[in-house]
Amino acid sequence: MDYYNLLTTCAFIHLLVSIPYAYSNYVENKAGQFFSSGHTNNWAVLVCTSRFWFNYRHVANTLSVYRSVKRLGIPDSHIVLMLADDMACNYRNPKPATVFSHKNMELNVYGDDVEVDYRGYEVTVENFLRVLTGRLPPSTPRSKRLLSDDRSNILIYLTGHGGNGFLKFQDSEEISNMELADAFEQMWQKRRYNELLFIIDTCQGASMYERFYSPNLMALASSQVGEDSLSHQPDLAIGVHLMDKYTFYLLEFLEEVHPASQANMNDLFKVCPQSQCVSTPGHRTDLFQRNPGSVLITDFFGSVLLHDMKQLVADVSSQKPKQKDWHPPDGFILGLWTLILLVFFQTYGIKHLKHIF
Amino acid sequence: DSDPVGFDSLDLNERRGRSTDAELDRRDGTRTSEALTPAAAARDEFQEELVIRPLHSGDIYASFQFRTLWDTDFLQEGQKVSHYRLFPKSLGQVLSKFSVRELHISFTQGFWRTMQWGQPFIPSPPGAELWVWFHDTVSDVDGNWKELTNVLSGIFCASLNFIDLTNTVQPSASFKPLGLGNATDHRFLRYATLPREIVCTENLTPWKKLLPCGSKAGLAVLLKSEKLFHSSFHSQAVHIRPVCQDEQCTSKAWELRQTLNVVFDLYTAGQGKKEWSLFKMFSRTLTEACPLATSSKVYVDITDNPELFELSPATPLLSQAVVLGDRRTYSVFDLTRAETFGQLRSLNLLLRWKGDGEMLRPLLHAERYVAGFGLQTGEIHTVIYNNHPYRAFPVLLMDSVPWYLQLYIHTLTVTSKSRDNKPSYIHYQPAKDRHRPHLLEMLIQLPPHSMTEVTVQFERALLKWTEYTPDPNHGFYVGSSVVSALVPSMVAMNTNFTQDQPLFSSFVPVKEESSYFVRVYTEPLLVNLPTPDFSMPYNVICLTCTVVAVGYGSFYNLLTRTFQVDEPSLPLAKRLANLIRRIRGVPLLT
Repeated sequence: MDYYNLLTTCAFIHLLVSIPYAYSNYVENKAGQFFSSGHTNNWAVLVCTSRFWFNYRHVANTLSVYRSVKRLGIPDSHIVLMLADDMACNYRNPKPATVFSHKNMELNVYGDDVEVDYRGYEVTVENFLRVLTGRLPPSTPRSKRLLSDDRSNILIYLTGHGGNGFLKFQDSEEISNMELADAFEQMWQKRRYNELLFIIDTCQGASMYERFYSPNLMALASSQVGEDSLSHQPDLAIGVHLMDKYTFYLLEFLEEVHPASQANMNDLFKVCPQSQCVSTPGHRTDLFQRNPGSVLITDFFGSVLLHDMKQLVADVSSQKPKQKDWHPPDGFILGLWTLILLVFFQTYGIKHLKHIF
Repeated sequence: DSDPVGFDSLDLNERRGRSTDAELDRRDGTRTSEALTPAAAARDEFQEELVIRPLHSGDIYASFQFRTLWDTDFLQEGQKVSHYRLFPKSLGQVLSKFSVRELHISFTQGFWRTMQWGQPFIPSPPGAELWVWFHDTVSDVDGNWKELTNVLSGIFCASLNFIDLTNTVQPSASFKPLGLGNATDHRFLRYATLPREIVCTENLTPWKKLLPCGSKAGLAVLLKSEKLFHSSFHSQAVHIRPVCQDEQCTSKAWELRQTLNVVFDLYTAGQGKKEWSLFKMFSRTLTEACPLATSSKVYVDITDNPELFELSPATPLLSQAVVLGDRRTYSVFDLTRAETFGQLRSLNLLLRWKGDGEMLRPLLHAERYVAGFGLQTGEIHTVIYNNHPYRAFPVLLMDSVPWYLQLYIHTLTVTSKSRDNKPSYIHYQPAKDRHRPHLLEMLIQLPPHSMTEVTVQFERALLKWTEYTPDPNHGFYVGSSVVSALVPSMVAMNTNFTQDQPLFSSFVPVKEESSYFVRVYTEPLLVNLPTPDFSMPYNVICLTCTVVAVGYGSFYNLLTRTFQVDEPSLPLAKRLANLIRRIRGVPLLT
């Protein structure tokens, strides 16, 4: 019986020790998570790849993301905006110098203070890949370069017409998912990003992130392989469809986000479910090291804000453990099983051991 | 990695930061800068001006000019200038890095209709046009030109990086320097035009940021893109040149002129009513002058007042100026004086048309079109009209045609009044495929009251697959022809240099009393090149593979296929019975 008593006390002590250890671990984890996001600057590369007036919605998609990203704090010098065609001053636009996202001309996403870095024929696969990898000719001006470093969080948004494994640029060339994956690997090896969020709004968009293999990548797409992404609503005065469904609901979600918002990536994954989007949005987080629930939207869409260090420490230590993300303390399961086995052997004796092993 | 252009920071935040510097200066007044700089205080000067000219067709023409004088140690090579007050730093660094003597860049949307609107104050061709005079100390002009176009494409958010040697020319006589200096070596001049370039808010935004007050005060508050681009003609330009600051030219300065010309259409922007006001044109009224400006004026052309137009509020301040060979009277509204704004503290001009009238016919006018049929050959016709009743004068016609329209210069004919008119000076540089465009400059004497036609035949080239644009069926643009002339003036022009001259009459230096300089741009041409079917490679591959597969496959099968008898498979019961028989070691069923 001494042996059993020893085992029982061991299990009990184990349980006793694991509970307070788990709590301090939690606080350390929280502080560690805050510091481990590790980015000091934000960049955005927003690309619209479609030409011609009837692809108005792709330009409106890109401009709505541009607008949200600027509103949340990323300056123009950190945004590379590529628009393959001009819709605002197009001769077929009944309201020049405007690009609307909502029908009845409610929201002009073009605005008065827009800077387009690559426009018209400059938006090619080669230029896009050169911007990502940084291999541009020496005379390229700064506003056309992605000058990110290893502490940059980059948001990449692509929209246009696509298919299974490719995205069409300007009706004349394509970029394949393997090329994109290799470009991201080049970026990783050259330490050009800390974390990268890739959003794509095209038909069969999920095929574009299938081949990624570099670390710290998170991807979202508006539709799965085999599905089409649909456009949202036409405006009868302008005569074309104004936005795509996925980006429309993404814009509505981002309009609620403000620079101090605590909304995280799990909320972003829920944007535009199949009931609204008709297609099934997909996402990929296996290459991402942090838990998506702990990644803030403003980590990618907004700009890094400086915090007061004392306030930061006070914030973390005063926080109570949250209900929704509770995990049992370490070693709890092991202790529980030890207890169960002990009780069993105490009741039924040790001779049954041979039947189990 | 280091700054690619060698500047400290030539990014857009710089430009935004500059306007806050201007606000600081405004609060402290100009005394701050004078206290900081020692004895020879740099005195930058800024003037702004708006000229409104009502047109007989019911449209209205508004021309903004913003002029910044940069008083700096002039033409000192190797001396780094680090103090910028009103002159924008981005342009100042461009001037010193690339040893630029004169820079003229314009972005235009629409075409200037000379016959309906008269002559513009600052002419410009559709699309983007850039011409630059470099210093004669530059050794590699082409290299500087290439880098300059890239830097400007970043500053103005335009695709000026498409300017390369295939669309750059060196005109020998058409583009003489407009500023100081008597350069004759055209090896230091580069001219290029991009007729396809679009102008939109993204070009206006950085242009506005170059102004000392930005778009927050003065005349620039009127520059709202939603109204400016809803017009028949919109042109914004930047002109940089060295000028004399006084009569004897003892001190020189850099002059930066930012001009914006816009013509609002009666029917699209005016809703059909022949009544215009500042609010209707720009959706804003003027409330104050730019505090950094030494002069801020609005001129309204009232020469045809009161028979044709009526202006309110009426003002006693009048000014007469001889511009474009005509004596015009202008009502002047001085925004630096508080009484201009009246009780409401805002100035809104109202112009009402009272009758119809005939416009003075412009003396020089040009047109251009492509004749012919099919996709192999064609003919370019340039027609120049001289509407002067009795005077003949020479014009310089410059044509720059891309290499893929192969001109046959032996078919060049110049006819006036159905008689051959031989040009007195011809400068022709033939094109080199994929390297250089054609350049043709001719000095043609135009007889009075006549039409002169210049025709040349061409053949269209077949481009390589990758040289086609993504939308080749739209066509390929050929830049406008430039007709430059000294047109005889009805009224004597003023050749004296005065500091108080309004900006619109002092843009082009007047050297003679009896004539004024005019530059007319023709329409750009849009030609279709023979376009291949881009899906053909795919079709060919499919067809070839199918033929090979079917043909070779069948042949291979015939040669190598062997036939063997196949036992039919047993039903399930027999198979289970066979399994048991195998275990027992008994012979199997069949």
